[in-house]
Amino acid sequence: MTETITDTRALDAQAVRRDFPILQQETNGKRLVYLDSGATSQKPSAVIEALDEYYRTYNANVHRGVYRISELASERYEKSRVKVQRFVNARSSREIIFTANVTASLNMVAYTWGRANVSRDDVIVFTEMEHHSNIVPWQILSGMTGARLEFIHVTDDGYLNEEDVERALELRPKLLAVTAVSNVLGTINPIKELVARFHEVGTTVVVDAAQAVPHMPVDVREWDADFVGFTAHKMLGPTGLGVLCGRRELLEAMPPFMGGGDMIREVHLDRTRYNELPWKFEAGTPNIAGVIGLGVAVDYLSELGMDRVRAHERELVAYAMEQLAEVPDLRLFGPPPKDHGAAVSFTLADIHPHDLAHILDQENVCVRAGHHCAQPLMERYDIAATTRASFYIYNDRDDVDALVEALHKARKIFML
Amino acid sequence: MGIIAREYRHMDDFYREYILDYYRNPRNRGVIEAPDYTYEDSNPLCGDEIRMDLRVRDGVVEEVKFSGRGCAISQASASMLTEMVEGRPLEEVKQISKEDMLETLGITLTPVRVKCALLGLKVLKSSIYGLPVPDEDEP
Ligand SMILES: Cc1ncc(COP(=O)(O)O)c(C=O)c1O
Repeated sequence: MTETITDTRALDAQAVRRDFPILQQETNGKRLVYLDSGATSQKPSAVIEALDEYYRTYNANVHRGVYRISELASERYEKSRVKVQRFVNARSSREIIFTANVTASLNMVAYTWGRANVSRDDVIVFTEMEHHSNIVPWQILSGMTGARLEFIHVTDDGYLNEEDVERALELRPKLLAVTAVSNVLGTINPIKELVARFHEVGTTVVVDAAQAVPHMPVDVREWDADFVGFTAHKMLGPTGLGVLCGRRELLEAMPPFMGGGDMIREVHLDRTRYNELPWKFEAGTPNIAGVIGLGVAVDYLSELGMDRVRAHERELVAYAMEQLAEVPDLRLFGPPPKDHGAAVSFTLADIHPHDLAHILDQENVCVRAGHHCAQPLMERYDIAATTRASFYIYNDRDDVDALVEALHKARKIFML
Repeated sequence: MGIIAREYRHMDDFYREYILDYYRNPRNRGVIEAPDYTYEDSNPLCGDEIRMDLRVRDGVVEEVKFSGRGCAISQASASMLTEMVEGRPLEEVKQISKEDMLETLGITLTPVRVKCALLGLKVLKSSIYGLPVPDEDEP
């Protein structure tokens, strides 16, 4: 994948860091080295304050009240939708549906579009590098419809296997579910190209962009996928909020997911006329504060510039991979830095990742250890778990150095 | 910071030499063909897996083996546990408590890691009772 970085001003991670209250604290005299943004990102003051401001000064339900603070809440809520739309360059804010998280976004596609469109003779394809949230819904859909599952495996160096892609294309699958960026291997998949190839054989494409939208410029129109999901808490926003960005024609034709308030136009005892997009898919009182917070998070990222965010992380990941490769007995996973997102997975000799994460924690270095909700991928590489360091806008080379130093300490403790 | 500082007090002697020795050179690692009692379970948090096989004669544990994979704490404590039960009457084995296990392990653990240390005991008891037993550290 080739990238053109248009904004060349380097991101100032030191300055960014100052915007994050949690990163100001020290434990036992050591600063917090947070390398688990792949699990959830930290939140800048601006986002925390936006939540606080909502609850303190205009807390009211949306789309209902005629009084001032309810109107204000509704206005901010809908403004956030437009911000998110612009952030990923969706065609219309009607294509932006707020959900509980990306898991809910993907399940929504399975339960609504899937149940209405997939049948026994169909094939559903997903890749071996998917997060469980982009695997289990399709297994459930297969169980409900009888559709067959097929898989695109990964190569030793963490790319999608081209032969499997070609084989999948020949099957003319009904659905392809693929992640834009692997949360374990870091692989950046060529989404635009995959979508074009699968569209040619009539496949509907669902993209899990949970690890892409926070870290690089994403243009959903350029991708041209049918559904794209992402999750607010990995992109400086609050937890409990996800986005499903869908092609309007598909969303219009899909049955609603949950029935209830807000998603209706008129309800009679025996029938209901549904609301328009996007509210048709937003039953019940939504995560109002969360959506407002996400709007502020998106503003924050836009101000930094996603080109610069990507450039910063690319440089940092290259440095990290280079430094990690120097640690004896360390095995790195995933592709080289040019195709690598913000997550770097590794194992170190016979030290179990949980022991390793525990030792790193003594140095106030937070990393993730485990299967990262990608057990098929662990099976593929015949490992039980990996340790994962994932980077974001507030990380710098000092964090990498702290990680590497702590790894040397772990080697000593394990008498290597 | 008080709570955090307290938990970290004992970290330095966490990975003692004998723990690593049990991890790298486990005693009684393996499986028993046609065991009298067997059970397998995992710690959903970290994916540690342990299986325990027992051969019992006249109410006494004649042979015990463990297998699985996981962190040093879970694997070392499972191995130590097999040494604790070998040659002991089943009735006594049933009485082994969480405290006994942690005392044998000889290190102070953080709450999350206590689960790792007690996985072997949980699996052992499940094998004897033939059904899953609740986590040892549940109130
Ligand atoms: C690639 C990917 N997909 C899906 C998810 C699930 O996100 P959430 O738990 O917010 O639904 C994650 C995060 O854990 C992820 O990294």
